[in-house]
Amino acid sequence: MKVLMFGWEFPPHISGGLGTACYGLVKGLVHHNQDIIFVVPKLWGDEEPLADFVNASDVVIDYREKKFKKIWKNLTYLEVSSFLVPYLGPDEFKKYTDYTIHDRTDVDESVFSNKFEFSGKYGKDLMKEVSRYALVAAQIAKSKDHDVIHAHDWLAYPAGIAAKEISGKPLVAHIHATEFDRSGESVNKPVYDIERAGMLAADHVVAVSHLTRKVVIEKYGVHPDKVSVLHNAVLDASIIKSDIRKNVPEKIVTFLGRITFQKGPEYFVEAAKKVIDRDPNVRFVMAGNGDLLNKMIERVAELGMGTKFHFTGFLKGKDVDDMYAISDVYVMPSVSEPFGIAPLEAVRHNTPVIISKQSGVAEVLRNAIKVDFWDVDAMADAIFGLLHYDSISKMFKELGSEELKKLKWEHVAAKLVTVYDKLHKQQP
Amino acid sequence: MRTICFYFQVHQPLRIKPYRFFDIGADHYYWDDYSNKSIIRKVAQKCYLPMNALLLDLINHYNGGFKVAFSISGVCLDQFEAFAPDVLESFKRLVATGHVELLSETDAHALCSLKSKTEFQRMVNNHKEKIKKHFNGYEPKVFRNTELIYSDKIGGMVAEMGYEGMLTEGAKHILGWKSPNFVYENSTDPNLKILLKNFQLSDDIAFRFSNKTWSDYPLTTEKFVTWINALPKEQEVINLFMDYETFGEHQWAETGIFEFMRALPNAVFKHTKFGFSTPNEVVRNGKPVSKIHVPIPISWADEERDLTAWLGNDLQNEAFAKLYEMESRVAKIDDEEIQRDWNYLQTSDHFYYMCTKFFSDGAVHSYFSHYDTPYDAFINYMNVLSDFILRVKIKEEELTEASE
Repeated sequence: MKVLMFGWEFPPHISGGLGTACYGLVKGLVHHNQDIIFVVPKLWGDEEPLADFVNASDVVIDYREKKFKKIWKNLTYLEVSSFLVPYLGPDEFKKYTDYTIHDRTDVDESVFSNKFEFSGKYGKDLMKEVSRYALVAAQIAKSKDHDVIHAHDWLAYPAGIAAKEISGKPLVAHIHATEFDRSGESVNKPVYDIERAGMLAADHVVAVSHLTRKVVIEKYGVHPDKVSVLHNAVLDASIIKSDIRKNVPEKIVTFLGRITFQKGPEYFVEAAKKVIDRDPNVRFVMAGNGDLLNKMIERVAELGMGTKFHFTGFLKGKDVDDMYAISDVYVMPSVSEPFGIAPLEAVRHNTPVIISKQSGVAEVLRNAIKVDFWDVDAMADAIFGLLHYDSISKMFKELGSEELKKLKWEHVAAKLVTVYDKLHKQQP
Repeated sequence: MRTICFYFQVHQPLRIKPYRFFDIGADHYYWDDYSNKSIIRKVAQKCYLPMNALLLDLINHYNGGFKVAFSISGVCLDQFEAFAPDVLESFKRLVATGHVELLSETDAHALCSLKSKTEFQRMVNNHKEKIKKHFNGYEPKVFRNTELIYSDKIGGMVAEMGYEGMLTEGAKHILGWKSPNFVYENSTDPNLKILLKNFQLSDDIAFRFSNKTWSDYPLTTEKFVTWINALPKEQEVINLFMDYETFGEHQWAETGIFEFMRALPNAVFKHTKFGFSTPNEVVRNGKPVSKIHVPIPISWADEERDLTAWLGNDLQNEAFAKLYEMESRVAKIDDEEIQRDWNYLQTSDHFYYMCTKFFSDGAVHSYFSHYDTPYDAFINYMNVLSDFILRVKIKEEELTEASE
């Protein structure tokens, strides 16, 4: 099967879990002898040669194609309302609102005759890039032969829809996260609209968890028969040995992720207070950055635990591994997490994890303590238990790493191939 | 005789280096030697050296008719010793003229007067010893608390230590209709005379000198003497208190601040009946007009003239509380490095960096801070403090083992 796949990022140049998941999935599909054409807005040249990579920035669009103009007309409205930036909090978002909105309804000929240099980031021109990406997708769909189209998350949905319009091949919309995960109930309408259009246009929708599948059905009105679950997996389940030495005598409990509404940092802070009140020989670490960081710092000061609760700012590379390695407990209190790959990373470092019931990863990781994100008492109990009762944390370490070995991308890809086959057979 | 009393605060904190969570328990050196040294060197070139030379000229020229006072914090003296011995030498030459007075303060330019009498006395005595050592046995008679912080209670502690006078802010909400241009006395101990900063005239020089939107810009010596001549005859003393860095650093040389100071004594002698005195002379010669009541501490900072630049928000309160929880424990540890860090961690500037009053005085605050945000300042300080607490704990364990 020849798969035309649209993503937004691919390792090693990634800013979130989307790129990692795409990488794992492509690797799994290659294992099952699928041919992949993988399109990203910007290629860096150092990607692993797993697929036929297409750099959207290199694609020259044939402006004589009438169908393209039709697509472009349908897309211009995206640009008009382009002052929104996903994966950024409201504070950072504000910085971008001075971005001028151009009220353009005619077709700019220049975009057809030229190549367009994509940044491939999540910057202020995101909506513009999403629109042009769709146009590029149409060109690729015309020139590259394929059997099925697969689009990852909303940024690539307009591209998926455009490609389908040109080639008429079946479209799979892959949901790694929805707007409800990122923004709670205060969704960005334009993003929601794109997501919904993608899901409705798709012949099949895959969600990363049952939790997400439910959102797709309930909040986007997609027919249940069309939606299946495809959990994420891990690329490498081996235990990561680290030679980092912990410099403090106390045990360390860690939160690692974006400090935003979605990740529930405030519940971690409140639980920390409850634990420290009972056992002062614990240090809590909040690693990451986000629009709620300053609020968390103030709350920690207000609770009087500033010498026991630390902030590291954004961590990358080896620092992330070191942080997992010196942690005695990892907590992911997400309010809404379609999947959440971080706890699996913690398991690879032999660190016991506590995850919220509102996370997709809870569906595949049985050997972890699961609590409701809002139940700070239960969270504090779980932290205290893992810190003090060696037997339970030992058990989780052993069973957790066994469980990890079963989460293979090959298994995920095998399931996906059956979806592709079914769609292909339905083709007239 | 009517007189002008110049006092300059000379202080530089020992800034903390970027100190990460991963450093806790591993790295026990907190100080940013590079930036501390380069800042001292920069300010030395722009302010300390040229201004000290100018003052020495004026003192010699007027044969002692012109005089000034300094309060040099211990943490600043330590840095002069390490990074700018030339500056220290030039201060020594000034003091040797006999027309420059040095004031006492807390060694680390700390806020301990608000928290602990024991620590306060310890720090004041340490500073006294440092002054004695560097300045040929010099013994200050007048006290200046960190950032002019003063209350009746603090005045009481200072009087108890034998000081004759103390400097503070002529805060409007304390003075009401009264004028700062008189000598006052502490409300509980009449032996302690209080000199109040004339913030109008002081800030004309320190803050407004180069402000082109100020209606009185540019400030000339002619204008200045006209203003002081216009003061009611019975007002005896004008206290001009300011940061020494005003000269050449806050007000750059290009603004003409050095020329203003060079010309000022002559203008005063020629056109007014004013002379110049040091704080101790004012304290000894001036007759106190009344007691001054300050139940709640005041300072010279910001529009409010209160403590909120250093203490008040949750970050500052937490850092301050956690630091002073260590006092009695640190006191029992005889270790040079622990004592050094305990001293420097108390410097008021660390708390100033955590101030979140962004609006009214935010510009001034960000000018003085090397952190991007008060939150960064808090995180960095708390990481360091956490390591310090661990070190104290280890020392305590060593002590118990030794005694067993």
